[in-house]
Amino acid sequence: MKLALKNCLIINHNESFEANILIEDEKIKDITNEDINGDNVIDCHNKAVLPGIIDMHVHFRDPGFEYKEDIISGSRAAVAGGITTCLPMANTYPVNDNAGMTRYMVERNRKLGLVDLLPIGSITKKMEGKELVEMGDMLKAGAIAFSDDGLPVGNSEVMRRAMEYAKGFGSFIISHSEDRELSQGGMINEGEISTITGLSGIPSASEDIGVARDILLSKLTKSHIHICHVSSKVALKIIKMAKKERVNVSCEVTPHHFSFTEESLLDYNTNYKMNPPLRSTEDQEMLICGMKDGTIDVIATDHAPHHTDEKHIEFGNAAFGIIGLQTLIPLSLKLVKDNKIDLNDFVRLTSYNPSKILKLDDRGSIEKGKLADIIVIDKDKEYIFDDTINQSKSCNNPLYKTTLKGCALYTIKKGRLVYKFPDILI
Amino acid sequence: MEYKKKDLTGTKNLSAEEILFILETAKKLKEINSREIKKVPALKGKTIATVFFEASTRTKNSFEVAAKRLSADTISVTSSYSSTLKGETLLDTVHNIRSMKTDIFIIRHPLSGAAKFVADNIDTPVINAGDGTNEHPTQALLDILTIQEHKINLKGLNVAIIGDIDHSRVAKSDIWAMNKLGMNIKIFGPSTMIPANIEPFECSLASSISDAIRDADVIMMLRIQLERQSKLLLPSLREYANFFGLNNKNLSYAKKDAIIMHPGPINRGVELNSDVADSPQSVILNQVESGVAVRMAILYLLGIQKRRNK
Amino acid sequence: MIIEKEILNRHEFDNIITRLAFQIIEKSHDLSETCIIGIKRRGAILADRIQKKILKYKNIDLKVGYLDITLYRDDLSEISDYPILSGTQIECDIQDKNIILIDDVIFTGRTVRAALDAIIDFGRPKKIILAVLVDKGHRELPIQPDFTGKYVPTSKTEVINVCMEELDDKDTVAITKNKEA
Repeated sequence: MKLALKNCLIINHNESFEANILIEDEKIKDITNEDINGDNVIDCHNKAVLPGIIDMHVHFRDPGFEYKEDIISGSRAAVAGGITTCLPMANTYPVNDNAGMTRYMVERNRKLGLVDLLPIGSITKKMEGKELVEMGDMLKAGAIAFSDDGLPVGNSEVMRRAMEYAKGFGSFIISHSEDRELSQGGMINEGEISTITGLSGIPSASEDIGVARDILLSKLTKSHIHICHVSSKVALKIIKMAKKERVNVSCEVTPHHFSFTEESLLDYNTNYKMNPPLRSTEDQEMLICGMKDGTIDVIATDHAPHHTDEKHIEFGNAAFGIIGLQTLIPLSLKLVKDNKIDLNDFVRLTSYNPSKILKLDDRGSIEKGKLADIIVIDKDKEYIFDDTINQSKSCNNPLYKTTLKGCALYTIKKGRLVYKFPDILI
Repeated sequence: MEYKKKDLTGTKNLSAEEILFILETAKKLKEINSREIKKVPALKGKTIATVFFEASTRTKNSFEVAAKRLSADTISVTSSYSSTLKGETLLDTVHNIRSMKTDIFIIRHPLSGAAKFVADNIDTPVINAGDGTNEHPTQALLDILTIQEHKINLKGLNVAIIGDIDHSRVAKSDIWAMNKLGMNIKIFGPSTMIPANIEPFECSLASSISDAIRDADVIMMLRIQLERQSKLLLPSLREYANFFGLNNKNLSYAKKDAIIMHPGPINRGVELNSDVADSPQSVILNQVESGVAVRMAILYLLGIQKRRNK
Repeated sequence: MIIEKEILNRHEFDNIITRLAFQIIEKSHDLSETCIIGIKRRGAILADRIQKKILKYKNIDLKVGYLDITLYRDDLSEISDYPILSGTQIECDIQDKNIILIDDVIFTGRTVRAALDAIIDFGRPKKIILAVLVDKGHRELPIQPDFTGKYVPTSKTEVINVCMEELDDKDTVAITKNKEA
């Protein structure tokens, strides 16, 4: 099966150039300026063609909370958002703390095959923070890394041993870094907005202390730690300092944290309620700088679907988190438009760096021989993000039913065209 | 001047004109409470529902009396709120009552933003009777009405608000309203009970109780709420009484004609000692009287709105 | 186009008030158990004027109360502007008293009905008599004044404007008519 992409503006993390891409079976066969042909031909009209996005942080709620999302609907939302590899977190029900559950997830996805699903196993059994899971067994079943995300591992000794154990298998820990006692009962960032709204605050120190501890443990165990959803400028500073001292730390930021601030909470809109919370303008600006200067390695969505019954209620009772698979591209393109980052940075943050961190050498750039996971972006297309576009079962996103600019026009997974805006093709 | 808003959810979104207008209306209605027949037919046939998800006898009774004095019918719903037990949602509860053709809702809920949430999701007027640690607007309005009755001008008055500022919705509603009216506010309390960021309050933070009370025209003592405090914020009530309570000695720092206020119920010997609570400077009982008048005013202003739209 | 025609000038205005005062004095047997209540806003001013006349001519100082009937209206949707409360001040004891109810204009009769409700809420008066400056006609309720200053039959498009010095800087009654061009 040959697929020809003509008139592409190819964007890799380190280069941009015009060429045609010839795809055969699952791989990129050739990149050339000569004319090419295939069974299927797509004229990209000089639109940006990027390697498929690798989202290192999603919640597919499957099994256990299928009313919010499942592996099928999550995959559909992913490809609609230009994402071709997903790492679902383990806080399902039951928790993904064993090889059987990991295998279930991998199998369920394989049948549909829209994306590559690389489950993140939990660190501790039932995410109770006490006993380690059988990491070796789970890695064999298809897990790629381990995280208790949703929760930190409170006990430092447990976290230390987890990092050491994972290292032994060539894997690593992804950490939701938080001091739970400090953040207890909090709903939004502790600051001026929490004073004005009367909503209890989560001090950024809760994240900063968590990050500092995890980095020090990484240093102690000489293992790689990847920090989830950085939101605080102080945490970012700590990470930067650690990187300077050559601590093996990487980190990610969500599009919400670089796009919105705590000011959005003045209206008590639960679609801005998330953990870690949206913080100040200063924090937001520092995150964007971090994306440019390399302190931040990855953009990951932390796609967190919740049913309307869990969001359209009093603020204090509303669940934390929003969906993000289909808003990653428009929110990131806004930064590109504002000259905060460029498209090469975008590829570095969404494809190249994740491939390096996850040791997925077959992807992360558009190169001869690599996997044909490719997306074509239309950065000017305007559309209303409504239920004809949204593939997720949930719609908990502040941009839902608003006009967005920029999207994935085509998503190609392993050489197959799986998405053509606005339809899933298989 | 009109009150055009559909609801009363807080004082932070009221203008100074709106606040003064509500108080003027309250003053006009106050004399009804001194008549033989304490009733006027202004809201005859209107149904007013008090929906309280938190215990309160005082505010609830005050609203009920106010509604009845305007000839409205009242329904009282108390619901126990539980975050862990899955029960009927707040909106469902309110919609159910609304189906009985309620004209005004009065809501008290333990979560901040709850009153606004209900107000934004039904077209019936909603009065916030206290939502979490956010606002308690009718309390602030009655506080200011009481102050107006004892002081000639509001502008430039020194007000000391003392207690658990962080968790007090009364303090917050007072602060938003008093700032708009040009009053000078000083807050004080145990450091654990002062919010991390007080800039939005546009007030000063006192360094001691004597500093707080010095030259005060109005001293507002807040209730120490045992439900919300854990020992983590305050080691003992004894400590509170010694360093944060009002007594004759520290009262002397205030102006000679300073008035003493408290939202009630008072914990004698903790926030105030009995001498101070019963002194002629205490206007605590006037606050209760003003409370009925203010609540009549807001019920009236919201109640006739609907009539006009018919 | 608005045409205004004065029907009572300053002089005539004062004369009528004097006549009303005398009519009231004549009708009332026992002024000691009497008090005057004026309906706000101009009825209240008129009540004060009548009280002064009675004091001048009979040397009797009657108590005056002022009634805001906004809270007793049945027609809030019909009044053109937002009903502003002006407050009721009635200090005299109503029980068993003769009440002289005063208003500047009587029209549908609903204002007087509301005033009667209000007064009875204050106590059970022995008797209420009604005196108005102008009767505009077009009654909608069976309520008639005991004493009328001037009967001015009007059509539905005509409006009576009563101006009083204390409020409007002049004493006059005029008819305004909206004439279509």
